[in-house]
Amino acid sequence: MRRFLIAATLCLAQPAFGQDYAEESLPDVNQETQAVALMDTLRCVVCQGQPISGSNADLARDMRRLVRERIAAGESPETVRAWLVSRYGQWVSLKPEVNELTAPLWLIPLIALGGAGLLYSRRFKRKKK
Amino acid sequence: MKRSWVFWLPVAVTIAMFATFLVALVRPSDRTIESQLVGHALPAFEAPAAMPDQPGTNSRDYADGKPRLLNVFASWCGPCVAEIPVLLQLQAMGVEINGVAIHDKPEDLSRFFAENGNPYARVGLDQGGRAQIAFGSAGVPETFIIDGKGRVVGQHIGVITEADIPDILAKLKGS
Repeated sequence: MRRFLIAATLCLAQPAFGQDYAEESLPDVNQETQAVALMDTLRCVVCQGQPISGSNADLARDMRRLVRERIAAGESPETVRAWLVSRYGQWVSLKPEVNELTAPLWLIPLIALGGAGLLYSRRFKRKKK
Repeated sequence: MKRSWVFWLPVAVTIAMFATFLVALVRPSDRTIESQLVGHALPAFEAPAAMPDQPGTNSRDYADGKPRLLNVFASWCGPCVAEIPVLLQLQAMGVEINGVAIHDKPEDLSRFFAENGNPYARVGLDQGGRAQIAFGSAGVPETFIIDGKGRVVGQHIGVITEADIPDILAKLKGS
């Protein structure tokens, strides 16, 4: 019984048809391109400084497999990203996004440039007089 | 002539900027990734039995009215060994603990339990990290506190020590 259970578990652990999408490309080139683009912008939550596409951590492999399987099943890359964000938080996504939290990052340079422009234009006008 | 406040504005902004950099440099950064599931229902997962004499666990085991712990662990994980005596203590207090083993093998788990003891009511094998990712768990060990309705009410990242017992019991009771 025990041997049977171990054997059964090992069978379950094998990926179907000998394919492991953690390392192997999807047969559909279009889907593979989408999957790789997504993997390049998902953070490995173990190593943290790397996207999952370039990490050897087990969890990153598992995430690559999950990304390829979901894309192969017809999900859009942004749906998969949103699903992972709903598990790990915004931090798992490496894609720069404009939202209420990151808005200052995008606005400060514009405000600074505008302010500097204003100051300089006033200074030049004064000199002309 | 007295300089207008406009002259000092860039100076003030620069000082503020460098003060921010300094604070961020000195303060130790917190890189813990918390699961977003706290406050939500435990997601669907399937972790088939790892041991011949113990059932596995899946998401349908958790809405039976009894709060319990769901411990994400692995036999290859050093800190998980340190946690087992505390989990055994919790078990002796009547806390039900289910285990999900990540990237593990039944034979390694048998050895692990023989050496350290087995605090689990159910032990399931995670298939390809699927359950771990579904939980939003970033490593081992991690422990989720599940209420009787199958909702995640808390997450403990890292080893549970004796000092954490009162907090865990309170969360289990409050749920």
